[in-house]
Amino acid sequence: MGAGHSHPLYRDGDSPVHRLPGEVKIVCLVVFVLAVVATPRELFWPFGLFALILLATWWVARIPLRWMLPRMLIEVPFVVLAVLLPFAEGGERVTVAGVELSVVGLYAAWGIVAKGTLGVAASLTVAATTTARELPIALSRLRVPGVIVSVLTLMIRYIDVLAAEARRMRMARISRGDSPRMAHQIGATAKGVGSLFLRSYERGERVYLAMLSRGFDGQIPPMAVGAGCAIAASSRQWALALVPATAAVVVTISAWMVR
Amino acid sequence: MSAPAVQVRGLRYTYPDGHIALDGIDLDVAAGERVALLGPNGAGKTTLMLHLNGVLTASAGSVAIGGTALSRSTLRDVRRRVGLVFQDPDDQLFMPTLAQDVAFGPANFGLRGEQLAERVRHALEVVSMTELADRSPAHMSGGQRRRAALATVLACEPEVLVLDEPSANLDPVARRELAQTLTTLESTMLIVTHDLPYAAQLCDRAIVMDRGVIVADGAVGEVLSDAELLAAHRLELPWGFTVAPR
Repeated sequence: MGAGHSHPLYRDGDSPVHRLPGEVKIVCLVVFVLAVVATPRELFWPFGLFALILLATWWVARIPLRWMLPRMLIEVPFVVLAVLLPFAEGGERVTVAGVELSVVGLYAAWGIVAKGTLGVAASLTVAATTTARELPIALSRLRVPGVIVSVLTLMIRYIDVLAAEARRMRMARISRGDSPRMAHQIGATAKGVGSLFLRSYERGERVYLAMLSRGFDGQIPPMAVGAGCAIAASSRQWALALVPATAAVVVTISAWMVR
Repeated sequence: MSAPAVQVRGLRYTYPDGHIALDGIDLDVAAGERVALLGPNGAGKTTLMLHLNGVLTASAGSVAIGGTALSRSTLRDVRRRVGLVFQDPDDQLFMPTLAQDVAFGPANFGLRGEQLAERVRHALEVVSMTELADRSPAHMSGGQRRRAALATVLACEPEVLVLDEPSANLDPVARRELAQTLTTLESTMLIVTHDLPYAAQLCDRAIVMDRGVIVADGAVGEVLSDAELLAAHRLELPWGFTVAPR
């Protein structure tokens, strides 16, 4: 299974987590993230427990830390803002190593970093154990409208095609002496983006014609989507997959009660 | 005699911008015939191809496939019977895996369960890609993608197979392998191409189109050995290549 899936976020394997149908993992992810977000940030121990839940899941899925951690760097640009908060916020102040910091700002920064990291880690866990081809069928089993599933399916398929096209256009520009880093040539880059849009639009039309030619009538038949995918989740699989999510909800509820 | 596989009468098509793409096409293709459709860029070859299964609707004229006139009520039936293989396999292959893509057509036409699986298996076997069923088309070579695109159409079991530039962007071996696959198929075939040797290899009959009309129609050897005709329509055999009239 998964032969040829070279997506950097997918880790080929055959663990109990890999074998679970996509829909239970998606539900588990959403519940887990909601539980994390709903936890009061003034408490520290719930976040430690959330992290433990994730570590346990990685252990079961046989995802090593050294594989996961570099991929979590994706969140760095998003937490930069959080670093500024302890300086920018007003209110009560504490002095840490000679620097005056806002207490509210510190809590806010901690909340963003902790919740963001847990969310990214949870999403990466699902991405690492679910192939792209399972996503459409998983979403349609979760009763996501067909149009959205189709859009997603097409996006998964064509994002690489478009990226390759953009790369080729860039190479061709650079070969003709364009240096994209220079501000005065930003016009050429902008036109490149415009023509990429037009090309993508035309490709979209051709794809649609090709689909029509094979009898497409507005709905991708579930049988076609399901070809080669795991069968729909059994109640036992649901129960198993919801263990981390349930644990997270219990942590959140107890956090509120303790508070 | 049974009805021709493809019958086109007085077909005209004008693009919304006023450009006349087809200016009165009459064409008969007998069942089992393999016909090359030649002509310079912009001659209307692809436009004609898109009319054969009703993806484009003619401004005037008619199309009939195996005796069934193309109309709103027969559209679905005609689309099942005419398979179009587009020029760029990336336009054709849109699902996450090859097997899903091959299943898309027959599933649209109502096949389910074991029947559908059997169709997919068979189509992949014909193009020798069985072991790549669970791969994403994004990770295939150009030749593999071309054969994959063919499989997605073959799975619908069309009576008429229309291929747009099947040999474009293929390396010589992939080009030959595709030809071998195509010669094993029994369906009526219309091959739109600029690759004249390929047309000579695969087809018995050649049609030359230019500016929206058919300007020549005959045995492939005769058409391709008529240097004057070819030159008049921006066609020529590759250097060092001759086709003997058959």
